[in-house]
Amino acid sequence: MAEWKQTELEALETDLLLEAIFRRRGYDFRHYARASLNRRVDQAVRRGNLAHITDLISLLLYDDAAFERFLAQMSISVTDMFRDPPFFLRLRETVVPWLKTWPFVKIWCAGCATGEEVYSLAILLKEEGFYDRSRIYATDYNRRTLAVAREGIYPAAKIKKYTANYNNSGAGDSFASYYHAKYDRAKMHDGLRQNVVFSHHNLVTDAVFGEMNLILCRNVLIYFDQELQNRVLELFTASLCPGGFLCLGAKESLQFSTVADQYEAVAKKENIFRRIYSHRKERRP
Amino acid sequence: MSDGFRAVVIGASSGGVAALATVLGQLPAGFGLPVIVVLHVPEEGGTGYLPTLLGERCSLPVREASDKLPLAPGTVYLAPAGYHLLVERDGNSLSLSVDEPVHFARPAIDVLFESAATAFADGLVGVILTGANQDGSAGLKRIKELGGTAMVQNPASAAAEAMPRAAIAATAVDQVLGLTEIGRFLAAAGACSSPPTSDRRP
Repeated sequence: MAEWKQTELEALETDLLLEAIFRRRGYDFRHYARASLNRRVDQAVRRGNLAHITDLISLLLYDDAAFERFLAQMSISVTDMFRDPPFFLRLRETVVPWLKTWPFVKIWCAGCATGEEVYSLAILLKEEGFYDRSRIYATDYNRRTLAVAREGIYPAAKIKKYTANYNNSGAGDSFASYYHAKYDRAKMHDGLRQNVVFSHHNLVTDAVFGEMNLILCRNVLIYFDQELQNRVLELFTASLCPGGFLCLGAKESLQFSTVADQYEAVAKKENIFRRIYSHRKERRP
Repeated sequence: MSDGFRAVVIGASSGGVAALATVLGQLPAGFGLPVIVVLHVPEEGGTGYLPTLLGERCSLPVREASDKLPLAPGTVYLAPAGYHLLVERDGNSLSLSVDEPVHFARPAIDVLFESAATAFADGLVGVILTGANQDGSAGLKRIKELGGTAMVQNPASAAAEAMPRAAIAATAVDQVLGLTEIGRFLAAAGACSSPPTSDRRP
């Protein structure tokens, strides 16, 4: 019998685990980038004091609470308000003037995690004076992080960094005017949440989402393999109105994707793209 | 120790820019392996300046890693500030994550080393350079467990000795050397792994 290396066995076990989760629970991680996913699976195995990934399969098939914990742990990304200040500066300078030309602006924060970007965007829209005729759809498949996003309460220890980012993002006010700090926490003002709809949506398995003018999906595609990236980018393209904008993370790219020819780069360095008007089907007014 | 090397991973922290410049400076043009580097840097400062800075001090092209970037031999890849850098399982491409920091660091050396160990097994050389924390120890241990080669900068010669010391304590390292010697060892490892020079087309 041929000898199997430990890493080969673990790869097989991981394939079986993902197939089991998909068929039993409906969550499809089969096209996630494996390197990051392996870390999460390892952590789940260690946390459960299990010997093998195979043991995790039976746990997740039979134990609903264990699956909920696993799911919550599968999508913990850690971000900041106004992460990449140059991106927000560019959004303000280059994209906002276009957004203001639409009578009503629909924005989708896809994979909003704990909501830092949602509040950053809400602040930007307020300062640019068109928050009242905008709606932000903030979605994630992780109900726990979505609950954090909805609450808008963050550790006060992070405020210093948020403030520095805010100040470097071309903002015109004071970050302190957007939150209320108490003890070791800071709660974002309710007014920022007023036109935000938080909802559960899975980019991998759910459908097209409205006629958006702007889609932000930064640092989510890095967790997917190229095939799944293409599928999600096609979903975004179908959800974006002609001339709508798509913002990706600083280290992500449309270049190798199947939708590359449907966009023009608005800001190369900041990864902001615009869906080009199709001259065959639609004519620019 | 395997002589069929497939990749080099390097982790450095405090004092790491100068140390990396010395090590990478020993690698000749036409070096046969990809070199993947995590250097701890503050997220705000970014890493945009580093490829140029290090590129001027070595013969190999130095570039910042982006998502799904295919690995090529003789190229140095630097982890971008604010992201973990990982090697995909097939060993052909890189990926990024914004998972929680490890040892307060993102990029973290452990994350790169553990993923590279899985991808390259006994074809991997892991190198820990100067630093004032514990990051990289667990990753170097994993590299050894999967048959790779572990090298650590001699703590006495390091600008900050905590990280090399922690790595030496964590696993049975193969080599504890000064920076120039580490560079020479890697140059030799990359030379015997690369195809003969006569087969190369410029």
